[in-house]
Amino acid sequence: MIYLDHSATTPVDPRVVEAMSPYWTEVFGNPSSIYGQGRRAAAALEEARGRTAAILGCQPAEIVFTSCGTESDNLALRGVALAAAQKGRRHLITTPIEHHAVLHTLADLAEHFDFEVTIVPVDHTGLVDPAAIEAAIRPDTALVSVMYANNEVGTIEPIAEIGAIARRRGVPFHTDAVQAGGILPLDVQALNVDLLALSAHKFYGPKGVGLLYVRKGTRLLPTQTGGSQERGRRAGTENVPYIVGLATALELAQGEREAEAARLLALRERLVAGILAAIPDVELTGHPTRRMPGHASFLVHGADAQSLLIALDLAGIAASSGSACAVGTPTASAVLTGMGYDATVALGALRLTLGRASSEADVETVLARLPGIVAAVRGNR
Amino acid sequence: MAERVVVAMSGGVDSSVAAALLLEQGYEVVGVMLRLWSEPAAPTLGGTVEAATNRCCTVEAVHDARGVAERLGIPFYVISAEEAFKARVVDLFIAGYAAGQTPNPCLACNRHIRFGHLLRYARSLGAAHLATGHYAQVGVDAGGGYQLRRGADRAKDQSYVLSVLGQAELAQALFPVGGYTKPEVRALAAARGLPTASRIDSQDLCFIADGDYRRFLAEHAAEAVRPGPILDRAGRELGRHRGLPFYTVGQRSGLGIAASQPLYVLELDAARNALVVGPAGELGRGRLWAGPMNWVSGQAPAAAFRAEVQIRYRAQPAPARIAPLPDGTCEVTFDAAQRGVTPGQAAAIYDGAVCLGSGVILRTAQT
Repeated sequence: MIYLDHSATTPVDPRVVEAMSPYWTEVFGNPSSIYGQGRRAAAALEEARGRTAAILGCQPAEIVFTSCGTESDNLALRGVALAAAQKGRRHLITTPIEHHAVLHTLADLAEHFDFEVTIVPVDHTGLVDPAAIEAAIRPDTALVSVMYANNEVGTIEPIAEIGAIARRRGVPFHTDAVQAGGILPLDVQALNVDLLALSAHKFYGPKGVGLLYVRKGTRLLPTQTGGSQERGRRAGTENVPYIVGLATALELAQGEREAEAARLLALRERLVAGILAAIPDVELTGHPTRRMPGHASFLVHGADAQSLLIALDLAGIAASSGSACAVGTPTASAVLTGMGYDATVALGALRLTLGRASSEADVETVLARLPGIVAAVRGNR
Repeated sequence: MAERVVVAMSGGVDSSVAAALLLEQGYEVVGVMLRLWSEPAAPTLGGTVEAATNRCCTVEAVHDARGVAERLGIPFYVISAEEAFKARVVDLFIAGYAAGQTPNPCLACNRHIRFGHLLRYARSLGAAHLATGHYAQVGVDAGGGYQLRRGADRAKDQSYVLSVLGQAELAQALFPVGGYTKPEVRALAAARGLPTASRIDSQDLCFIADGDYRRFLAEHAAEAVRPGPILDRAGRELGRHRGLPFYTVGQRSGLGIAASQPLYVLELDAARNALVVGPAGELGRGRLWAGPMNWVSGQAPAAAFRAEVQIRYRAQPAPARIAPLPDGTCEVTFDAAQRGVTPGQAAAIYDGAVCLGSGVILRTAQT
């Protein structure tokens, strides 16, 4: 099987599995307990927090560990919005191409908590215009949320520029960096972000653990209350083995990032050029150059994504149409319609995302099999 | 390399055994379930309207079918066919009732969805065959043409709902359980650790949330449900009806008319929006006209012939003379008048166990 869906998830790095192994049965204590077992667990937790903070260029106290990227986004958006509402600020700004974790959360805030959301359009490549974000800012704006890199089309947004604008205007800035983890630079100072969400399973860590960076001084109400874990910002006993796994995976992935990015970029260029040359009526979606190195996304005109993915699976190729979180619904991607594509055209979306396991041989196999598969699926219409 | 076959799986005993048998015969088996249209459910608290699940593809059915596929070690996919199902089955169902007919949507589904949409899908996946858990058999005639034959279990036979198929479909169709009886299929399932319970029966209205087609029509095709006159054969108004879809031919009760002898529904006259009633003696129909005809062989018979005609899914076939007409329809003259001959249902023509074809009953006559 050729796995070309690294944007959906990645296998756990064996070095990460190894790092997690002491924390199941040996060091199993509750980090809040006062005895030795608890203290050792607390030490592991704080050590992981320190290593994570070093990668992000922030203070350890600015890291909140969560259960996943979606929870991190929810905590950022709801936490900041509800805190700002206390000061009368009820306006939120985002883009149409955000992950559902952001879009549905903001929709919920608008529908049930009386917030107003401005959705700033993107161009045909999925790029956000920082000036348009600035123009949308009002005196009552509580938060700006723009993703770092798009999951469906791979476009990398001008986060540092948007962050500089938001800071100048005194508005907290959140970025969903789930796709960028292990792939793009994550220094929160250079990025000018106040809140940044990550998920470990996108960078060869375990599923079920994520983090939210919260810049010191950012007003945020907890969304999950209970004990005083994570400085009262996220109640619940800390998942020590997974957090150790996240920290280790992040260190490894960010450490190997540049060499891996160069390798993936070369593979992707071959893949994209090969597909566009071999199959008629296919277009690359997203930005041609400002995109994640291993990310290739297309519209295969005259084919529907569902048939394509099934035929690819039967041919031993694991691919997706866009977001793994939206599978099963043959509706056009809101990301693509947000970029100006017609809803019927957008049904032919195909995403191939390369990662550590990807080889030149994989790319050549896909290039050999895909044209025949597309032709067969198109014949069905 | 093994031939690839796509199996339409429901999670029930018949299609599960079908998949298992094909696997044992050496095919590369791919399981699929179609996601079909269902009427929208009531809005939820959040204001979003979610589709109710079609009873052919409920969460439980998907779960069961996936479990069977997992057990057999075959891939399994849920394929979206909502739009095609709505357009080719549900809308025709509504239009049929609006025209005073009593349609059978299962035939439309087999023709346009299972052996239309899904068969094309199977071909695009490189499959040589499409298999289902129907109780029917494919035979070959003396000239090498494909025949549609009744299932070996006469009580479970489903050839009636497949009578819309032709040579192109039968060439690729496999009915692996068609040669077994239902008890034999259950035993095959039990021996393989597969589910032994049946899913939805062919005849249920899978897309209607509560199975109440009268409520469904009132909500989705209000124009088809208009009160009108109840007339006798002579055209005298005996009372008022609540809307033609609330009645079926042969129905006795619920007319709300006091008469010297019991009255039965004889006809739904859509043109006049009238319910025509009469005594039991007038229920028998000696003739019907059906069309457009599907001839399984692909060839309409050149001359009138004698065969048996089945007027409903579970009805006993009755001997008749069938005369093909130039317009693609045919005239069926029964040896003895039949009760319950209902426009909208199919008249399927059989020569013994071989189904020759069918057409939708368009109108009937007493003699």
